[in-house]
Amino acid sequence: MFDFLEGYDVLGAFWMTVKLTALSAVGSLIWGTLLAAMRVSPVPLMRGFGTAYVNIVRNIPLTVIIVFASLGLADIFGVTMGAADNFDVQGFRLAVLGFVVYTASFVCEAIRSGINTVPLGQAEAARAIGLNFSQTLRLIVLPQAFRSVIGPLANVLIALTKNTTVAAAIGVAEAAALMKTMIENEAQTLAIGAVFALGFVVLTLPTGLLLGWLAKRLAVKR
Amino acid sequence: MSSVLYDTPGPRAKRRNVLLSIVFTLLLVLLLWWVWQKMDDKNQLEWKLWEPFTTGEAWTTYLLPGLGDTLKAAAISMVIALPLGAVFGIARMSDHAWVRGAAGTVVEFFRAIPVLLLMLFANEFYVRSTDISSEQRPLYAVVTGLVLYNASVLAEVVRAGILSLPRGQTEAAYAVGLRKGQTMTSILLPQAVTAMLPAIVSQLVVIVKDTALGGVMLGFTELLNSRSTLAANYANVIPSFIVVGIIYIIVNFILTSFASWLEKRLRRSKKSTGAVLGEDTEVNPAAVGGTFGTGGEGGGPSGFTFKDKPPR
Repeated sequence: MFDFLEGYDVLGAFWMTVKLTALSAVGSLIWGTLLAAMRVSPVPLMRGFGTAYVNIVRNIPLTVIIVFASLGLADIFGVTMGAADNFDVQGFRLAVLGFVVYTASFVCEAIRSGINTVPLGQAEAARAIGLNFSQTLRLIVLPQAFRSVIGPLANVLIALTKNTTVAAAIGVAEAAALMKTMIENEAQTLAIGAVFALGFVVLTLPTGLLLGWLAKRLAVKR
Repeated sequence: MSSVLYDTPGPRAKRRNVLLSIVFTLLLVLLLWWVWQKMDDKNQLEWKLWEPFTTGEAWTTYLLPGLGDTLKAAAISMVIALPLGAVFGIARMSDHAWVRGAAGTVVEFFRAIPVLLLMLFANEFYVRSTDISSEQRPLYAVVTGLVLYNASVLAEVVRAGILSLPRGQTEAAYAVGLRKGQTMTSILLPQAVTAMLPAIVSQLVVIVKDTALGGVMLGFTELLNSRSTLAANYANVIPSFIVVGIIYIIVNFILTSFASWLEKRLRRSKKSTGAVLGEDTEVNPAAVGGTFGTGGEGGGPSGFTFKDKPPR
């Protein structure tokens, strides 16, 4: 019944999806946090840069960014990401770069909104009892802010998992690329579709449930 | 300006901020200069690469038809997805467990699958099971994928919108003798739609962006696809990417601004007329991300809090 799977490395393709997701998640979390820090910083210029970055990147389709990474960065500017002779590795790294650039803007917005949920009175009260800036930040503001962004960040992570399929556009051998090949060559369209759909449900559903549970558990009750 | 993170700056903080501004400007200028140099190195600044965009031909043959197709696919998808989403969103709140369960399963399933897989599958399905011409097929496949995905997202928006209404609305409707269907269509939906409008408009941005997938993977002749035809003709890869990127930014920026304008307007009108009474008028689960009231009943700071209301 599942003989159509023979000769195709479905698990390998999904492993590629997982690798893309994990690396991009870490990268975009770092870059997104930096951007969020800029957006709430007291320096107007940094705030302006953060706002401009988020508004520009969020409004460009991810597909455009990924295709540009391949056709523009790699082919024209010769950005080979340290893998000039290995096309597969190069495509993978370029895709991760694209995902980080794109996803960071969403991470930034999630974190910034988390900081915004902390009422001003919390910081004022902290200063009133004599805590200094770093104490206020470490003990009062950030713990509340982080706990309230788990939910939104989980949504970003799930969206990222699904977005990694766009890497198929530049020939990275992940799940969607394999599905395209299989669905064109094999007869069992529906079964192939179901297998890949199931794969993504398996990847995204536990993430959502786990982080949703965590978000609910850790939410600051106000 | 005071915020949670820092106080209103005094003289020393002001000096430090100015210093930081200068350092940051220098870094930014350095970065821009480096990009400019790189572009110059690769001859991407030559006028003959940019010239096509000043003439009408590049626009009338490539870019405008591409943009037209992008907007057409997005509009068709939205028009089909919205009623479908409303049906599923309402079905998820049905009193019958099997309707609720079925609708919930469908919605969660399509929300968990990447839209690209849906498009690829739809394309192959149309190839094998229908006789749609090969020029029309990409559009059909793109619209099918977008409708399936966005209907399930909009179902959640609709549900959140209806759940955001005070329960008194339903109770009052029952009290004056309306049936369940009447309550939904003449009391709850009209009020929920206004609350949902910003979220619906921002979903349109997602749809516009996702049409680009069809261009690369299915050969749908939308904006990104027309870009490659254009670049093949004028050999201006980088300039064409920049121009197409700007077009996308403008289109989506208009939509986003419209959404936040709507949101602001709705919030204001609600306050002034008191159209929606109840404890949570300021917390609108269907509102788009952006500004968030700090009061209200928890839920994350995300624009969408897809969870049921706690019992009152």
